[in-house]
Amino acid sequence: MAKSDALLPISAREEDPLLSDGSRSDPNAETHGRRRPVKGLLAVSFGLFFIAFYVALIATHDGSRSNDVKIESDGTATKASRAHLAGVSEKSNDQLWKLSGDRNTVAFSWNNSMLSWQRTAFHFQPEQNWMNDPNGPLFYKGWYHFFYQYNPNAAVWGDIVWGHAVSKDLIHWVHLPLAMVADQWYDANGVWTGSATFLEDGSIVMLYTGSTDKSVQVQNLAYPEDLNDPLLLKWVKFPGNPVLVPPPGILPKDFRDPTTAWKTSAGKWRITIGSKINRTGISLVYDTTDFKTYEKLETLLHKVPNTGMWECVDFYPVSKTLVKGLDTSVNGPDVKHIVKASMDDTRIDHYAIGTYFDSNGTWTPDDPTIDVGISTSLRYDYGKFYASKTFYDQNKGRRILWGWIGESDSESADVQKGWSSLQGIPRTVVLDTKTGKNLVQWPVEEVKSLRLSSKKFDMEVGPGSLVHIDVGSAAQLDIEAEFEIKKESLEKILGDASAAAEAEEFSCQKSGGSTVRGALGPFGFSVLAHESLSEKTPVYFYVAKGKDSKLITFFCTDSSRSSFANDVVKPIYGSSVPVLKGEKLTMRILVDHSIVEAFGQGGRTCITSRVYPTKAIYGAAKLFLFNNAIDATITASFKVWQMNSAFIQPYSEEAVRALSRT
Amino acid sequence: MKKMVVVMMIMMVMVMVSEASMIEQTCKETPDFNLCVSLLDSDPRGSSADTSGLALILVDKIKGLATKTLKEINSLYKKRPELKQALDECSRRYKTILKADVPEAIEAISKGVPKFGEDGVIDAGVEAAVCEGEFKGKSPLTSLTKSMQKVSNVTRAIVRMLL
Repeated sequence: MAKSDALLPISAREEDPLLSDGSRSDPNAETHGRRRPVKGLLAVSFGLFFIAFYVALIATHDGSRSNDVKIESDGTATKASRAHLAGVSEKSNDQLWKLSGDRNTVAFSWNNSMLSWQRTAFHFQPEQNWMNDPNGPLFYKGWYHFFYQYNPNAAVWGDIVWGHAVSKDLIHWVHLPLAMVADQWYDANGVWTGSATFLEDGSIVMLYTGSTDKSVQVQNLAYPEDLNDPLLLKWVKFPGNPVLVPPPGILPKDFRDPTTAWKTSAGKWRITIGSKINRTGISLVYDTTDFKTYEKLETLLHKVPNTGMWECVDFYPVSKTLVKGLDTSVNGPDVKHIVKASMDDTRIDHYAIGTYFDSNGTWTPDDPTIDVGISTSLRYDYGKFYASKTFYDQNKGRRILWGWIGESDSESADVQKGWSSLQGIPRTVVLDTKTGKNLVQWPVEEVKSLRLSSKKFDMEVGPGSLVHIDVGSAAQLDIEAEFEIKKESLEKILGDASAAAEAEEFSCQKSGGSTVRGALGPFGFSVLAHESLSEKTPVYFYVAKGKDSKLITFFCTDSSRSSFANDVVKPIYGSSVPVLKGEKLTMRILVDHSIVEAFGQGGRTCITSRVYPTKAIYGAAKLFLFNNAIDATITASFKVWQMNSAFIQPYSEEAVRALSRT
Repeated sequence: MKKMVVVMMIMMVMVMVSEASMIEQTCKETPDFNLCVSLLDSDPRGSSADTSGLALILVDKIKGLATKTLKEINSLYKKRPELKQALDECSRRYKTILKADVPEAIEAISKGVPKFGEDGVIDAGVEAAVCEGEFKGKSPLTSLTKSMQKVSNVTRAIVRMLL
């Protein structure tokens, strides 16, 4: 417990007890007389030795300090270090502090009406409490299984166990009892993330990270107790666990999240596990025949300096030519391999496309300038999306991506509302066969089963217009839209040689959001908008002239005005999106209360946002179409569906029976 | 004899100064060196702690400061009854720091998943700032909420060193 003087400056050092001894007179002064010169010499040499030792100590400490530290006159250190997160939360913290002293700030409180509205209708979430990483997704005997990191005790991370749910269609879920809890010494401090592998005989093995009773990160093996139970209710942990412990050179807390295994050409199973060595993110590789004993390869799957710890590594093949998923073990000339990692430093998931060399278990990226984890490298999603994991759905031949969508509000609100976090709508993932340089993701087809009534619109929208789109209730929507900038507007901009290459300077994050008007944008939809527009979440395209008179298209979601609340994070997310010749601009938006998922150009650029309006809720949430461009007229052709609830059920045999009939 | 004593004195001082260097080294990479050093130096665990240990000491300071602030909030109900609404919100926010942020940070830092600790520590600063804002510029808690903001920033910087 801190004392009240904890914030006071350093107290005086203790007095040296030896001082009092030294001041006593030495009764044997005369008898020591003969030894004094020797003692003196000893004392001096000891003194010199320790001075040298001290200097060496200081010198080595200096060496570990970075060079750009300066202590300012008021005693604070300024340093550009990892400690200074160039991220949104830090900025908003400072802003929040500035606002708090302002007499004009509206004092704000969350009430239960606002908070209960935030719960989603058709996104996966447990009935209450905290969830994080998706775990071991798989399809088995007619059911899609989903496991997840879960805190049974609170709406913040902690006490982690494996939650479990099943579905026939990845949309309508029924919760099942917890699959695994922290009941062994090797996972006593946490049953953490893991992945499933199907063996040739159709059985399942699950590898997962356990945090041991001494907080060491180890890998453990588990398998279904009864393979005849399609619900896979009960799981058995291998008595010989752990099957892997941190290898030499790897710290005990840098070893987690084993992947699904794939078959090597030598007939062994191979897995990869993310880690780090100093600041280099790496992925370790192990071979096994039985999932019980492993052989660590000397080579790493890959490493990238200065990317920090790699969490939730994922590794899988994609077809170069076919728009379909591939089993994790597929390899061949028509295949590229994806390495994906979740960057602990930045909370961003990055991936890169490259080539896998089975002979030594290594992988190299096609484009090393956008290697995994480098800030400019590709992302599944430019918004709130982390710890994602894919699996091969052998039922429909697709590779499906799950992503953890955390909250962007205060923990106070999470505690008050009793829950925290969602999963994104599962997405199919394929290589973009048209560009060859990025993945394309799309909400699974089954989400369309939630579509209720729809309205279709075709309109021409002049510069600086706002159109209310009357669809009735606007908190659960599926919007598919196609935009075209009128030819004359484009020609005018492209023909104007003096118009600067604006695209070189533009970014969604830094260019001020949806109200900053350019020649050819922004235009799009304002979702979860109040009729007064005091709260709104625009999702839009911004088209700008780039170098060589080419047009560059940006796709953004602006949550900066999404809510009056002062304790939520309100970033502007987005990225440029490839638009090929002849393509119209297309976007799809799934709105589900406090989550907005936006897909640009058929899923080339995806943005997930969490928003917490205080007024634009229930019947007051509206939809607008807007065109803030200065010069351009756009044509918009779009359809808006009301979305039904997915009615995710708590566990009961009846609920399972009802689902199995669908 | 005297010279031996002098040498031993020099040794002790050097040892004490070089041990303090770990705290100084760590604190130099935070936004408030002086605050960081004073918090860690005044704690008996500080001199022998690794980075993880230093982070946990600071989380403990957050806990202590939140407890102290809650006491002050409670005493203000009688002294300043007109501030009830703001005090209620502050009470809720500070209870979150104690019941959610601090335990989350302790568990995450101890178990080697510091990013959840960072979340908890950032949130402590947010909750304090929100509480402060409830008083629309006339807060009776400013020095306490300001302290929480500062301690939260320093703690966060150290937690990030664990990532």
